[in-house]
Amino acid sequence: MKLTLKIWRQAGPGKAGKMETYPIDGISPDMSFLEMLDVLNNKLVTEGQEPVAFDHDCREGICGACSLYINGEAHGPDRGVTTCQLHMRKFKDGDTIYIEPWRAKAFPVIKDLVVDRGAFDRIMAAGGFVSVNTSGNTLDANSIPIPKDDADKAFDAATCIGCGACVASCKNSSAMLFVSAKVSQLALLPQGRVEAQRRVLNMVEQMDKEGFGNCTNTGACEVECPKGISLENIARMNREYIKAGLLSES
Amino acid sequence: MGFFTSSIGRKIVMSLTGLFLITFLIVHLGVNLLTLVSAELFNEASHFMATNPLIQAMQYVLALGFVLHISQGIILQIRNKQARPQNYAMNKPATNSSWSSRSMILTGLLILLFLILHLKDYFWVMKFGEMPAGQTDYDLVTGLFQNKLYTLIYVASFILLGFHLDHGFQSAFQSAGVNHRKYTPMIRKIGRVYSLLMALGFSLIALYFSFAN
Ligand code: HEM
Ligand code: SF4
Ligand code: FES
Repeated sequence: MKLTLKIWRQAGPGKAGKMETYPIDGISPDMSFLEMLDVLNNKLVTEGQEPVAFDHDCREGICGACSLYINGEAHGPDRGVTTCQLHMRKFKDGDTIYIEPWRAKAFPVIKDLVVDRGAFDRIMAAGGFVSVNTSGNTLDANSIPIPKDDADKAFDAATCIGCGACVASCKNSSAMLFVSAKVSQLALLPQGRVEAQRRVLNMVEQMDKEGFGNCTNTGACEVECPKGISLENIARMNREYIKAGLLSES
Repeated sequence: MGFFTSSIGRKIVMSLTGLFLITFLIVHLGVNLLTLVSAELFNEASHFMATNPLIQAMQYVLALGFVLHISQGIILQIRNKQARPQNYAMNKPATNSSWSSRSMILTGLLILLFLILHLKDYFWVMKFGEMPAGQTDYDLVTGLFQNKLYTLIYVASFILLGFHLDHGFQSAFQSAGVNHRKYTPMIRKIGRVYSLLMALGFSLIALYFSFAN
């Protein structure tokens, strides 16, 4: 396949960047999108040019490291996959492909296509955990009966890999799908109920501090999410937040 | 951070004021449809609305509802723009969301313009203005539609309102935390029927009096 790539190049944080054009040839339709970028980078390095920086780790759709806004969509035109699982057969010979970093104030560009998603980590640190005493008498999680439906919903929410495609796709750069998945995976389980009230208040407060926008229920996040995280979670987070906001004593 | 200044708190305000305005529109359309029945009936209803103390009190609640809805809507829009300082060179929002869902501020602001025109020509005249001798509310309401441009502005606004409501109706439930595998599909359908009824109902009245006489 012969392609024309238009890639965002930016030397460092806060530097001015621009879209650069790179023609590329000899791409197999069986390559993954990241392998295609590897080919480009090999070429750039042999030509003595600076390779394109992009995030990746597992390359099998489980770590959430890869990102990329490809031809106007987060993780590209395919559904239910991350960029590392996207294959070049989804494109046609001769295509022009735009490749851009996630765009959000809360996700500043570090270099080229790499953005800083530390905001997600800080939201998790604000409450996305259960405090478990690990010294000695830990209970087996299975000793607490949990309705199958709740367990399934919690598991579905827990499949969020924190990639940030929801923020990137949202016209408001809202992080509500991510935060709601993280609130839900714990709020649905008895172990998570203990800190549920404090958790939702603190995580939403941190989300707002990071400068993410506000959900207007366009549903773009759900469509582009590689893990199919449902908007149901946002409604659940709002319920949890209303409950906590009304009942909290502080 | 206060509940009502948080992101979700503001959504709750949008949702509750939106649902309140949705209810108000049903009453408004109901009264207006009486113009199609008879002039007397409409004048009676209009007189009742203008004199009943409960309705008078509700006027202030309604005004507050509009002010909150519009101010929060504009604040949210500004914050949402700030959340993305740099736009994409290539973006395909139509692949993942509907036009009406992405255009709430546009349809909202155009409805606001319409609202100003509407209040100036009807509400202001009925409440504070001097009605010309022998002219009833009915004459005022139906008379303005003799102007074709006026009718066009009205009908266009009702269509925009329809789009605002088509997304707004179900969105208000979702924002308030009401999402259920069984009921949400039903809420979406009711929202679509409701928006169609509002857009068609109000337009029908304007068009009827524009072309009837
Ligand atoms: C009779 C008139 C109106 C009705 C019935 C109405 C109804 C609604 C409803 C039900 C929602 C959804 C709320 C939610 O998502 O929780 C909404 C959202 C919105 N409305 Fe209105 N609205 C009206 C007028 C206006 C006006 C005049 C503006 C002017 C700025 C406006 C701006 C907005 C905006 C920006 C949103 C999206 C906010 C968000 O989802 O975060 N609306 N409206
Ligand atoms: S909700 Fe989906 S799109 Fe958002 S971070 Fe989680 S996996 Fe990625
Ligand atoms: S590299 Fe791990 S999900 Fe794509």
